[in-house]
Amino acid sequence: MIEFIRILSITIMPGFIIFVLAYGHLKGVNVYETFIEGAKQGLTTVVRVFPYMMAMFVAIGVFRSSGAMDILIRILSPVTSLLGIPAEVLPLALMRPVSGMASTGILGDILKTYGPDSFVGRVASTLMGSTETIFYTLSIYFGAIGIKKIRYTLWASLLTDLAGLFASIIICSIVFGR
Amino acid sequence: MVNVIWLFMILIGFLVALFFGDLEAATQAALDNAKYAVELCIGLLGIYALWLGLMRVAEKSGLVEAISKKMQGIMSFLFPDVPAGHPAMGAMTMNLIANMLGLGNAATPLGIKAMNELQRINKQKDVATHDMCMFLIINTSSVQLIPTTVIALRSAAGSLNPGEIVGTTLITTIISTLVGIIAAKMFRRLY
Repeated sequence: MIEFIRILSITIMPGFIIFVLAYGHLKGVNVYETFIEGAKQGLTTVVRVFPYMMAMFVAIGVFRSSGAMDILIRILSPVTSLLGIPAEVLPLALMRPVSGMASTGILGDILKTYGPDSFVGRVASTLMGSTETIFYTLSIYFGAIGIKKIRYTLWASLLTDLAGLFASIIICSIVFGR
Repeated sequence: MVNVIWLFMILIGFLVALFFGDLEAATQAALDNAKYAVELCIGLLGIYALWLGLMRVAEKSGLVEAISKKMQGIMSFLFPDVPAGHPAMGAMTMNLIANMLGLGNAATPLGIKAMNELQRINKQKDVATHDMCMFLIINTSSVQLIPTTVIALRSAAGSLNPGEIVGTTLITTIISTLVGIIAAKMFRRLY
C-alpha cells in the first residue's frame, strides 16, 4: 500500500501529461499552439492571486515573529495533542474552510518556517490539496439561485473537512513516518 | 470573516511584539514576507502556466466531454432525483470533472449552471433539494486529482521532492469525499 502510494506520486504527473498530449494529438489538435494559448492565462492568474497572498503573508509574518503564533499554538496544544494533530498545522486547518487565498498564504508560511519536507510540511501540503473552501463555495452556489434553507449541507461539508484533516495526518504518518 | 482574521493577526501581532517581543523584528518580518510573496508568485507562475496549457489541450481535444460520458452510472447513483438526460446532469458532471482537473475558473460557471438547472426541478424554491446538497457536499470535499498549487508552493520553498504529496493527497481526498457521500446519503434518510 505504502509502495503503491509512492509509485502513484511519481507516475501520476508524467502519466497525465503524456495522456493529455497524446489524446490531443490523436484527436487532431495542434497541441503546441493550444498549450501556448492556455499557458498565457498563467500570468493573469498569478497577477490576480498576488495581492491576496501578499496581504496574508505580511499578516502571518507579523503574527509569527512577534511570538503571538507561539502563544496561540501553546493555548491550543492540549486539544491538538489529545487529538493527535500537530499544533503547527492548526492555523491552516482553521483557515482552510474559510478562504482559499488566505490558506494558500498560511501554507506558504508553514513550508517556509518548518520546511516542505518536514512532517508538518507534508501534512499541511496534503491537507491543503485534499480540502476545499466550504463557506465561499456554499454561499456562491446557493446564493446564485436564492436558496435560503441549505439543510444538512454545511454539517456534512464540515464533516468531510474533519475527515480530511485526520486522514491527512494518519496517511502521512504511514507513508512518510512521523 | 477574512477581514476580521487579517486585522486581528496584524493588530495582535504588533501588540504582542510591543509588550513582550521585538517590535523591530515584527516590522522586518512584514517587509520580508511581502518580498517573499513575490518570489513565491514567480514560482507559481511557471507551474500554473504549464498546467493551464495542458488543460487547454484537454478541453479542446474533447477529453473532458469523453470522461463525462463514462461517469453516467456513478452520477445517477449520486443524484437519483434528476431525470436521465436532464441538462442538470451534464452540467454537474462537467463541473466535477473540471474540479478534478483543477480547472477552478471553468468549474464555477458550470457549477452555477448546474444549480440553476437543479432549481427548475425543485418544488420549494427557497429550500435545497437532496441532490443540491449532495452536489455541494462533493464540491466542498475537493476532488482535485493533482494539487498543482501545493506542488508549486513546495517547489518554491525548496522541497527536494515537491510531488511526493500527490499520492497522500489523492488517498485523503478519496476518503473525505467518501465520508461526504455517505453522510449525504444518511442525512437524506433522516430529513
